[in-house]
Amino acid sequence: MKSRFVMEFERPLVELERKLAELRELNVSENPELAVEISDLGRQVERLHEETYTNLAPWARVQISRHPDRPKTQDYVDACFDDVIELHGDRHFGDDEAMMTSLATLAGRRVAVIGHRKGKNTKENLRRNFGSPQPEGFRKAMRLMRLADKFALPIVTFLDTPGAYPGVEAEERGQAWAIAESLALLSGVRVPVVVVGIGEGGSGGALAIGFGDRLIMLENAYYSVSSPEACASILYKDAAHACDAAVSLKMTAADLLHFGIADEIVAEPLGGAHHDHEAMFSAVGERVNAALNELVGEEPTDLVEKRYERLRAIGVFEEGA
Amino acid sequence: MLFGVVGSRNENRVRMPIADWFKAREDRKYTPSEQNRGSGDVPDGVWSKCESCKHIIYEGELAQNARVCNYCGHHFPLTAPQRIELLVDEDTFEETHAHISSGDPLEWSSPKSYPVGLESAREKSSLAEAVMTGRASIADHPVVIGAMDFRFVGASMGSVVGEKVARAFELALAEHRPLVLSIASGGARMQEGMLSLMQMAKTSAAAARLADEGVPYISVLTNPTYGGVTASFAVLADVIVAEPASLVGFTGQRIIEQTIRQKLPKGFQTAEFLVEHGMIDEVIPRSDLRAHIGLLLDYLDIPGGERS
Ligand SMILES: [Zn+2]
Repeated sequence: MKSRFVMEFERPLVELERKLAELRELNVSENPELAVEISDLGRQVERLHEETYTNLAPWARVQISRHPDRPKTQDYVDACFDDVIELHGDRHFGDDEAMMTSLATLAGRRVAVIGHRKGKNTKENLRRNFGSPQPEGFRKAMRLMRLADKFALPIVTFLDTPGAYPGVEAEERGQAWAIAESLALLSGVRVPVVVVGIGEGGSGGALAIGFGDRLIMLENAYYSVSSPEACASILYKDAAHACDAAVSLKMTAADLLHFGIADEIVAEPLGGAHHDHEAMFSAVGERVNAALNELVGEEPTDLVEKRYERLRAIGVFEEGA
Repeated sequence: MLFGVVGSRNENRVRMPIADWFKAREDRKYTPSEQNRGSGDVPDGVWSKCESCKHIIYEGELAQNARVCNYCGHHFPLTAPQRIELLVDEDTFEETHAHISSGDPLEWSSPKSYPVGLESAREKSSLAEAVMTGRASIADHPVVIGAMDFRFVGASMGSVVGEKVARAFELALAEHRPLVLSIASGGARMQEGMLSLMQMAKTSAAAARLADEGVPYISVLTNPTYGGVTASFAVLADVIVAEPASLVGFTGQRIIEQTIRQKLPKGFQTAEFLVEHGMIDEVIPRSDLRAHIGLLLDYLDIPGGERS
């Protein structure tokens, strides 16, 4: 059996599948009872497969969102867009590889694309901090936002980060300042902004490029105020409660739709997007294009006003006299 | 005496619905200076230990010195009412948007129920939420002012803090009054999930609108200011000052230490460290804050509410 990355919630299923495969190696003709056992086990595997992948728990979705073979920002850019020109550097300090900024063409329309960029392997991930931007990453994103605003290019962003990088240098160079300025800038760009949550949407590091005129969430992507692990270690004083925190935080695509923060959900193949990259590329490309079609006709001032109203409406509170 | 009452000794500890709670609060007719003036409010023999120099200080002495240690200059935390009293001209504060209170949108129950946590925060602080906002004047400049109170769920930003801060920006914009915010926060209000995170975008968008109109905004960062509040409206001010030795940052020190697996540099994330790295304008001792903001407003305030 081909070795594959096994997520925690898949383990019982994979174990059963392994047993079944072992039985099938044996010689059935010598042992007719074995055939019965194999067919029983086969049915068990089918049932468990169904149970494992339908009605996924939030913590299972988090694991899927982090699956190493899940399509990433660079994959969507390569597959959905043409004539891509990647732009580099924040013009202050460096070029953060955890943030990708490109000029690109989607279905004939020229756009600016910004996205968190995880690596495909350990070597890439070390360079890209596993998709966690430093301040220069956010400043690089801001460069592209200004460029998009100046040249009337709609903005498409892809969210896939565990969060902004928590390091000494990041603090020294103003991690909080970079995120805050990005939020302020993005709120006022006079072009459509379509955001796609493709994997992890970790906290302020995701939000810095993570709000706009439309939010499209992939079915198993999450978007949260905190990673479930961090929430568990703060509130439960134990990171092992991440599974409970993932439930409490209401961080799934469906939760975001419920709270009116997300606009639509893109379905994933059973078990997750990593099972069918091509299907994801075409679905995401189509949905982003459809959202842009709705938005490009709007007056820039209306777009900005509606974006503000959209943000202003988020929050749940009681107001007395 | 500048400050008197600390905590909630005189507050009603009986559970009551939020509407009654507001009414009870209204009935007390809160004005910081009056409430705090009665000498009977501070029981004799109340002492506090300075966490910096370990001196034991008489509460009355602390109160007279705006809760700054006479021995080492350590700045004790201030409540939102104390902070407002410190910063504004006497008897000029008029609270706005006082009657907004948190719901429980995520139905958060474990490990501790959110509504129960909120209620104990209300009892402890006698505040409705972690930020208090209103109109006032500072050195005769009419301003909109807001102050955050760390006693209230660590002054974390949920829907109410986000809403009240956004409204403070909008009020400043509508009335062309400079905005002064005194900030302290542990970050996002975890128990409001994504609704909490989105307040960062909401308040930053409101800050951007105020900036576009050329209305001044001054932020005063106090100990501690972290997470989603630092990474949104707190640092979008025209001028940012901080109290001495305040810790200000995005990620908390424990998490950074865990990530890099080494000791943090001395003075990391202090106000002085931030000046050194060019992130804030100045460190201003508490005793000078009001005068300093007054002078800043002399430079930045819009004459007659309009720019010529
Ligand atoms: Zn002291």
